[in-house]
Amino acid sequence: MSVLDLKPAQAIAALAAPVRVALVGNPNSGKTAMFNALTGSRQKVANYAGVTVERKEGRLTAPSGRAFSILDLPGTYSLRARSPDEAITRDAVLGRLVGEASPDVVVCVADATNLRLVLRLALELKTVGRPCVLALNMIDIAERQGLEIDTERLSRELAMPVVGTVATRRRNIDVLIDQVERRAALTVHAGASAWTEPSAAEIRALHREAERILAACVRPAKRPDTWTGRLDDVLLHPVAGILILLTVLFLMFQAVFTGAQPIMDLITAGFDGLSGLVGQVLPDGVLKSLICDGVIAGVGSVLVFLPQIMILFLFIIILEDVGYMARAAFLLDKIMGGAGLHGRAFIPLLSSFACAIPGIMATRVIDNRRDRLTTILAAPLMTCSARIPVYTLIISAFIPRRQVLGGLSLQGLVFFGLYALGLVSALAVAWVVRKVFWRGLVEPFLMELPAYKAPDPLNIARNVLQRGQIFLQRAGTIILSMMILIWFLSTVPGKPAGAPGPAIDYSFAGMIGHAIQPVLAPVGFSWQMSVALIPGMAAREVAVGALSTVYAVSAGEGHPAALGGVLAHHWSLATALAFLAWYVFAPQCASTLGVVKRETNSWRWPIIMFVYLTVLAYAAAFVTFNVARALGGG
Amino acid sequence: MHPLADLDTDIASFVAPAKRATLADGRRGFSGVIVDVQASDADGGLPAAELERRLLEMGFVEGARVAILHEGFIGRDPICVRLDDMRVALRRRDARSVLVRPDVAR
Repeated sequence: MSVLDLKPAQAIAALAAPVRVALVGNPNSGKTAMFNALTGSRQKVANYAGVTVERKEGRLTAPSGRAFSILDLPGTYSLRARSPDEAITRDAVLGRLVGEASPDVVVCVADATNLRLVLRLALELKTVGRPCVLALNMIDIAERQGLEIDTERLSRELAMPVVGTVATRRRNIDVLIDQVERRAALTVHAGASAWTEPSAAEIRALHREAERILAACVRPAKRPDTWTGRLDDVLLHPVAGILILLTVLFLMFQAVFTGAQPIMDLITAGFDGLSGLVGQVLPDGVLKSLICDGVIAGVGSVLVFLPQIMILFLFIIILEDVGYMARAAFLLDKIMGGAGLHGRAFIPLLSSFACAIPGIMATRVIDNRRDRLTTILAAPLMTCSARIPVYTLIISAFIPRRQVLGGLSLQGLVFFGLYALGLVSALAVAWVVRKVFWRGLVEPFLMELPAYKAPDPLNIARNVLQRGQIFLQRAGTIILSMMILIWFLSTVPGKPAGAPGPAIDYSFAGMIGHAIQPVLAPVGFSWQMSVALIPGMAAREVAVGALSTVYAVSAGEGHPAALGGVLAHHWSLATALAFLAWYVFAPQCASTLGVVKRETNSWRWPIIMFVYLTVLAYAAAFVTFNVARALGGG
Repeated sequence: MHPLADLDTDIASFVAPAKRATLADGRRGFSGVIVDVQASDADGGLPAAELERRLLEMGFVEGARVAILHEGFIGRDPICVRLDDMRVALRRRDARSVLVRPDVAR
């Protein structure tokens, strides 16, 4: 419908600036479902300038033709911000954000079955002086429980319209929109906001007022939810609860680790095929190399992460939606807390065993900024699946195939040792970051355990798709440009006609490799290895191909066994072990650095990560090389 | 903690209702009423005034009914409490700031 089809009054409304609406509410109030119900697919996800907090804005056109822009603000219990997310909520409501006008109407979204804390928030919002509307969401559950809410009285007490809604079924959404529009039409005699950060005494007073209103307007549920209590008896049980949690995590890990593999193989094969087809059409030269090995391979290396990311977020969003995530954090708080991590850090770290990219994206389940950054810094140390081809190559070439300690395979033992080393270092790094750098700032673990509820498939599908889209748009572009840079370094300048040796030796990567070789000599790396580290930045498993290239293992005998033979011939045992130690720590993955840039919204953290991982890798390889040589492995 | 500590607080509240216990000392099955919320500057924790406000904002307010529903499996920490009609998880170190009067009889 264009503006010309509207009646004059509607056309004027449509042409006016959109009404700015901010959604505020407690966590678990169904605020995101409300945002989806209001805006449908007309959403835009970005970041607030300079912070890691996501900015979700959507558009809505009312039946009257009036346009609305809806801002979904992070969940909070108070305008007194305790985290960067909550600071955004406060500043957005107060109109303090740079480049962001204050909202015309604030919609306070409440879980109708759990009103006590949100009534205090609503009273606090009133002091801001913007027109407010209270949406009693999940009113169907309240009705089912026989909870009686006198909405007229509530509306009088709070001096704001109150609408009972069911966001997931779009019930009364039109009524809510109508109320918001009416409030927006009122002439706002908005003076300066009367809000100041409340003291403990003021919080107590507001709480008493909320209690009074609650007693006056709400009759307790006749049939309260008993399922949550019964489920918690099992799910939070010291033995059964842990077993169930481990099962859930195991299933999630399996799904990410093996479930995504066929699709990833398909994507890889598809892009290899495409590259082959394009290669046949284009004449040999730099352009062909750029398109096939740079652009097509680069796009493929971005898309290949998508299956794992979508599967992982499917699990995370379902667990959040049904209310289990808070329980998992409760069960794991003590274990993770010992390493200075938040209970919720378990999911990102576990996912990082498959791949650090979805793992780092999953850190957004952690609200606290410091906890999130600690987890991000530790995540790349978990042994990701891309290390497996490297470990397999070196272990099968250098570690004898024999049994030790009564039947254990020595090769298997080394493999397990590398995994354990990764895990222990990740926890150690988290501990050091927490104790040394952010000393003395133990955040309290204070978390509401929401009532369990059935998941909403539409909401889940929308949120999973949104994660995939965000990855492609934001991280994907960074990763792709890094891939093309790596291609450029490894290809340009080309090999002169008739020159000996592999082409990469003449490229910038070759020059860099030769230049850093003196630095890497003390850890036992040859110049070929130094050169291979540059294209190996594309992804850890690329190291196998890169080594084949620099050792000029011809394509025909390019399978790992042949390469293993060549390496066994060129490298000492000490060098091989040092290379393994290097790969436990080294940031040999441009995509990880790219996604850290995206998730932290700054280059500072990927640079810190690159430096600390390189230092650790160098130290580990140095110690390994020298100890192995001293023991006769040189 | 002493296995009879829970019983002790019951007796204490029976004999001398003025004596206060903290939520951190309670065991699974404990129930009572919050009588005061008063944080102190613990080592490595938040400033007392900040912790107090956070507890208040979560609904740990004088007069609220509280019961310990679940305990963590290591060191019985953290705890899951029913707070009026909500469920909240918190660590015992933070629960020290919540002073409670236990119900006399169960």
